[in-house]
Amino acid sequence: MDLVLFYVIGFVTLLAGAGVVSARNVVHAALFLLTSMAGVAAAFVLLYAEFLALVQVLIYGGAIVIVILFALMLTRHGEFQVTAEHRRWPVAAVASIALFGLLAASVVLDDRARGTDARVGVGINRLGAELFERWAVPFEIASILLLVAMIGAIVIARGGGSDEP
Amino acid sequence: MLERLLILSAIVFCIGMYGVLSRRNIIAMLMSIELMFNAVNIALVAISRYVTPAAVRAAGPTEANAASVLTGQTLAAFVIVVAAAEVALGLALLITLVRQRDTVDITQVNLLRR
Repeated sequence: MDLVLFYVIGFVTLLAGAGVVSARNVVHAALFLLTSMAGVAAAFVLLYAEFLALVQVLIYGGAIVIVILFALMLTRHGEFQVTAEHRRWPVAAVASIALFGLLAASVVLDDRARGTDARVGVGINRLGAELFERWAVPFEIASILLLVAMIGAIVIARGGGSDEP
Repeated sequence: MLERLLILSAIVFCIGMYGVLSRRNIIAMLMSIELMFNAVNIALVAISRYVTPAAVRAAGPTEANAASVLTGQTLAAFVIVVAAAEVALGLALLITLVRQRDTVDITQVNLLRR
């Protein structure tokens, strides 16, 4: 049952991922990205990472894709919508296939990657306690990072300086 | 199961890498980078679920060992935080670029090359 679900989820995720990199229309690519993110969230549920699945849907589905769509609207000029590929795309294809070969070989050849003894799932409340005890300092640093990124995004997008109207 | 998840993660990562290298639209490149972030997250969560570190295995099932399954999930949460910050900054740069150069084509952005 898990295996069937996994194959369905993986198929959807990969198909949507291929759509992200191949769709001519950028808006379509954003919608494919949303589908792919939902697939990854489903994979998290399959791995008993419920909190991450929720965060995935909230942050990626609710925030990142929406912000990307907003940016598309703000920058929309007829010809930007439909984009051509780089003329060096065969190089990109060869490079990514080579990387996949490397990764797949390392997975197939390593015995540790065949571990099937799933560890017990830990509840969502436990994750919260862990995040605020053992990972408290990184958690605070992450919040500072988000604050700095937010201020930086505002400053950059405002285009401060006298050369701007 | 772990090897299937790792292969899925590798395929998604390589699709994302192909997108970053082959697209000319900056927004499409950003979306491909998001795909790569997600591939890493799948790998982190899968490994934390299926791989028991040798030290933890030797110590037996204790309370602290139950918590070690959460390390990968916590790291994945931090990756999501970094991805959110990256998208915010990337799109701010994009809006500035469109305002100044009126293009989203990465091949037209050659300010440092001249």
